Amino acid sequence: MRLSRREMLSAILGTPLASALAACEREPETAAIAGGFVEPSMEVGHRLRDAAPRDGDFEGAPVTRTEVAIVGGGPAGLSAAWRLARAGRDFRLLELEPQCGGTSRSERDGGLRHPWGAHYITTPLSDGGPLVELLDELGALSREDARGRLGGQEELLVREPKVRLFYRGYWYPGLYPRVGASDDDLTQLARFERRMAGFAALRDGRGRRAFAIPVDASSDDPELTALDRISATEWLKREGLTSTRLHWLLDHACRDDYGLTLEHTSAWALIFYHASRMDPARDNDADVLTWPEGNGALVAHLEGAAGGRIDTGQLVTTVVPEGDGVRVDAIDWRSGKARRVRARRAIMAAPRFIARRLVRAGLPAGSADFQYGAWLVANLHLRGRPRSRGHEDAWDNVLHDSPSLGYVSATHQRGRSFGPSVWTYFMPMVDGDARAGRKRLLEPSWQDYRDAVIADLARAHAELEPQVSRVDVCRWGHGMIQPRPGFIWGPSRWAAAQPVGPIHFAHSDLSGIALFEEAFHHGVRAADEVRAALKEGPT
Amino acid sequence: MSGVQNRAPLLFLTVLIIATAGLVYELLAGAIATTVLGNSLRQYSITIGVYLFAMGVGAYLSKFIEQRIAQRFVDIELAAALIGGTQGLLLYLAYGRADAFGVLLYGTLTIIGILVGLEIPLLMRILRDDLDFKDLVAKVLTFDYLGALIGSLVFSIVLVEMLMIPLERIGILFGLLNCAVGLMSTWVLREHIYPRGRLQLRLKGLLVGGILVLALVYSTRLRIVGEQGLYPERIVHVEQSPYQRIVLTSDSSRLSLYIDGNLQFTSMDEYRYHESLVHPAMADAPAGARVLVLGGGDGLAARELLRYPDLGSVTLVDLDPAITDLARTLPGLRTLNGDALADARIEVINDDAMVWLDEARPGAIAPFDVVIVDFPDPNNFSLGKLYTRRFYRLVREVMKEDASLVVQSTSPLIARKSFWCVERTIASVGLHTVPYHVSVPSFGEWGYVMARRTHFEPPARLRADVTDGLRFLDDAMLPGLFTFPRDMAPVEVELNRLNHQVLVHYYSAEWAQVN
Repeated sequence: MRLSRREMLSAILGTPLASALAACEREPETAAIAGGFVEPSMEVGHRLRDAAPRDGDFEGAPVTRTEVAIVGGGPAGLSAAWRLARAGRDFRLLELEPQCGGTSRSERDGGLRHPWGAHYITTPLSDGGPLVELLDELGALSREDARGRLGGQEELLVREPKVRLFYRGYWYPGLYPRVGASDDDLTQLARFERRMAGFAALRDGRGRRAFAIPVDASSDDPELTALDRISATEWLKREGLTSTRLHWLLDHACRDDYGLTLEHTSAWALIFYHASRMDPARDNDADVLTWPEGNGALVAHLEGAAGGRIDTGQLVTTVVPEGDGVRVDAIDWRSGKARRVRARRAIMAAPRFIARRLVRAGLPAGSADFQYGAWLVANLHLRGRPRSRGHEDAWDNVLHDSPSLGYVSATHQRGRSFGPSVWTYFMPMVDGDARAGRKRLLEPSWQDYRDAVIADLARAHAELEPQVSRVDVCRWGHGMIQPRPGFIWGPSRWAAAQPVGPIHFAHSDLSGIALFEEAFHHGVRAADEVRAALKEGPT
Repeated sequence: MSGVQNRAPLLFLTVLIIATAGLVYELLAGAIATTVLGNSLRQYSITIGVYLFAMGVGAYLSKFIEQRIAQRFVDIELAAALIGGTQGLLLYLAYGRADAFGVLLYGTLTIIGILVGLEIPLLMRILRDDLDFKDLVAKVLTFDYLGALIGSLVFSIVLVEMLMIPLERIGILFGLLNCAVGLMSTWVLREHIYPRGRLQLRLKGLLVGGILVLALVYSTRLRIVGEQGLYPERIVHVEQSPYQRIVLTSDSSRLSLYIDGNLQFTSMDEYRYHESLVHPAMADAPAGARVLVLGGGDGLAARELLRYPDLGSVTLVDLDPAITDLARTLPGLRTLNGDALADARIEVINDDAMVWLDEARPGAIAPFDVVIVDFPDPNNFSLGKLYTRRFYRLVREVMKEDASLVVQSTSPLIARKSFWCVERTIASVGLHTVPYHVSVPSFGEWGYVMARRTHFEPPARLRADVTDGLRFLDDAMLPGLFTFPRDMAPVEVELNRLNHQVLVHYYSAEWAQVN
């Protein structure tokens, strides 16, 4: 049954916005706009869930021998491969999709590169370590500052204006809705910022930052980790921070980084979002590094480092210890042919909900505590730029009264302010229950999403539809791990990171926070575990 | 029940639309008055006061209309449609003529107020015999005030903010609506109007409707006529390119180019600006020099370059093809630039200068002997990026070892921090700088920054073979350009970076104090 436009808008954008749209707006003409669902091999994944092949299918299949088998070619798996490649180790990486990168995937359409998910990382706050090594390989860092401090190359630091907000019919600079804010609102904002600066400067008895990227470098002082047991809403209440504008700002932050509303986010995660990126030495936020294709640039570099030792389109069905090593069974789902990889060690660089199905024995309890948010990402291909009232186009363009996070412009960093562009529109399903969000994500048709995205953005851009040639939609059913209260400093996350025999684990979900830096950290950590084990073990 | 009774809902719809349209006319007048005269609080207070007072006058005058009331009512509706509908356009036509604007604004506002004020009392008198009076008064006034609410919400939220319809078109659209209601009234009130009168009214209605449709079709063109009021000379060309609004004006003695309302040059003194931009940097250029011009699509810097008989080649990169096309085709401009862009030594590329430099790397373009940077002032972030460290780094990469760079750098007197910010930013990428300034009457005191990879002294003399043709610069005055008096001396500034464009902030703050 096809829903009415009003029902469709209400299902995707929520009832208040749908009513406002239905009440006072012409219906955009979208029929001529092409596109479709462009997404990961959800069906293949479901085949794995529903009908796991039997071991018998693999008897007599061709066998590949290698030192390390890496399962999963997202940022964690690629980072592990990069680390092993730099250490001169032999490995083979198996990826389900035809393209590596996971949620850091990107695409090139003619001359325009654009992201399908993650699109920035924070400039490291201290010089040294594997991430700095990686960024130096990319030529992304600069030490030209008068005091020789670490910074990003100017062309990779987000070009001003970084963010603008559509609020009550007008675009304003910055993210916080300043216009009409009361003195109390501004005082609370300042108080919150001071509080975060305090957390950023805080060190524990062992000299560790209270909140650091990666999460594993943060202090585990019980007084701080206790913050993980309450919700962000609860913490704000305790702090007497009640301003609705501040709550909007922080709710946006949580939806943006975690796909959760304030009430479902751990207070520790809320503070982490702000404090981990602040550089107390400079009294400001660390700059953000971005590329036109988002983190796809990092993915491309890591893939290059793997030097052809990546096989895509591989549906891995089993990862199991065997003899003094490990066996990986997989099916090339394009040809339907079975294969086996025998390795001395394996790195499971897949999210927990997949790892638990592939590694059948010996996993610790607690896999069910890993909750993943569902995300909608739409790429709007534009012939030219639609008009807007107020502040000029920014990199990140946020709409105040929208369940979406707004859009990021692929041409902003390049400096092209006119002509064709691609806007990447993000919307997390922030339902209280992650599974309900996933169900809601899958219900609407592509046409419904196209129309809802256009209706949402047309509020801020008159004559938007004639400029849009194409709307491609990607549904990430398990888009990002969610730091709900109790998860980051609970037992399950730590237990899941421990090796099971010759099988090691790497994924951003082991941090509870879906940042490239976290995935990279776990990839490098797992690779280092494997290197140490290979040195000790028989050769 | 009479026929009119049956059609009562339509009558109340009429009241509603009259009220909505009336309020929209009033708000339009306020909005346009604000854009032209500024001070929104005052403009809205006065327009609302005048309008309400005029409505009171209309209500009073209604008692003098005694015969053929229904026919007069429709006449008044049509008159309100015509004047209310075209008021916005008329006001734009009077743009820039402050005296005429005020008279027109309050004149039309008063007339519209009177007409709208006449309508409700007349309608009530027409209907008093058809409907119960108590009920009539209650309903008419209810719909009248409801219409006012709808008018205010629809105007501000839907039409202006959401649909972003130009103000003059909103007026015309409501005029048409008002006119349609007038025509409808000839049918709703047919028992009250003689057949001949009905025909007359319908013809009048169609005439008013026709005028309004024409006004709608030509509104953009008519508004340009109005835009003329903003410029001191006659507009000879207006063009809205995807990038900017280009206006050329002219009178017997001069030709001027405006981009987005900002003066780019006027032929009376542009030679001062362009000679000073080009010749100091060219003073030491080798024979057969390869020159890069970034911006400068008007061809005037190119004209100065073509004075050098041994010039090698010029690559000119300007974002907007509309500008370079004008420089090639508009007779007045071709005369002024000596048809420079038709010269075989000049290659024109239409692209964003920064993207072009970036994509040309590394080493895809042969380096240049002279680079001339002639962009509009950094009044937004899209332009501001062309003054960043990143940009000058890219420029540096296409400069030969002994190449000269010159950058137009706004006014060191009016925008002192902006000027020194440009100078410091250029110096920060490892270039040696020599700032200088000249007086360009239509701009004011104007600044430039010369730069090279190695230390250099300001040029002591210009190239002897071009000085004869110059109207402003000569060797004797040259040393004076390089000294800065106290009120333009260097100040502490931050560097302009892509991710933190301090220059755009300096610039808007400094020029805001002047404008």
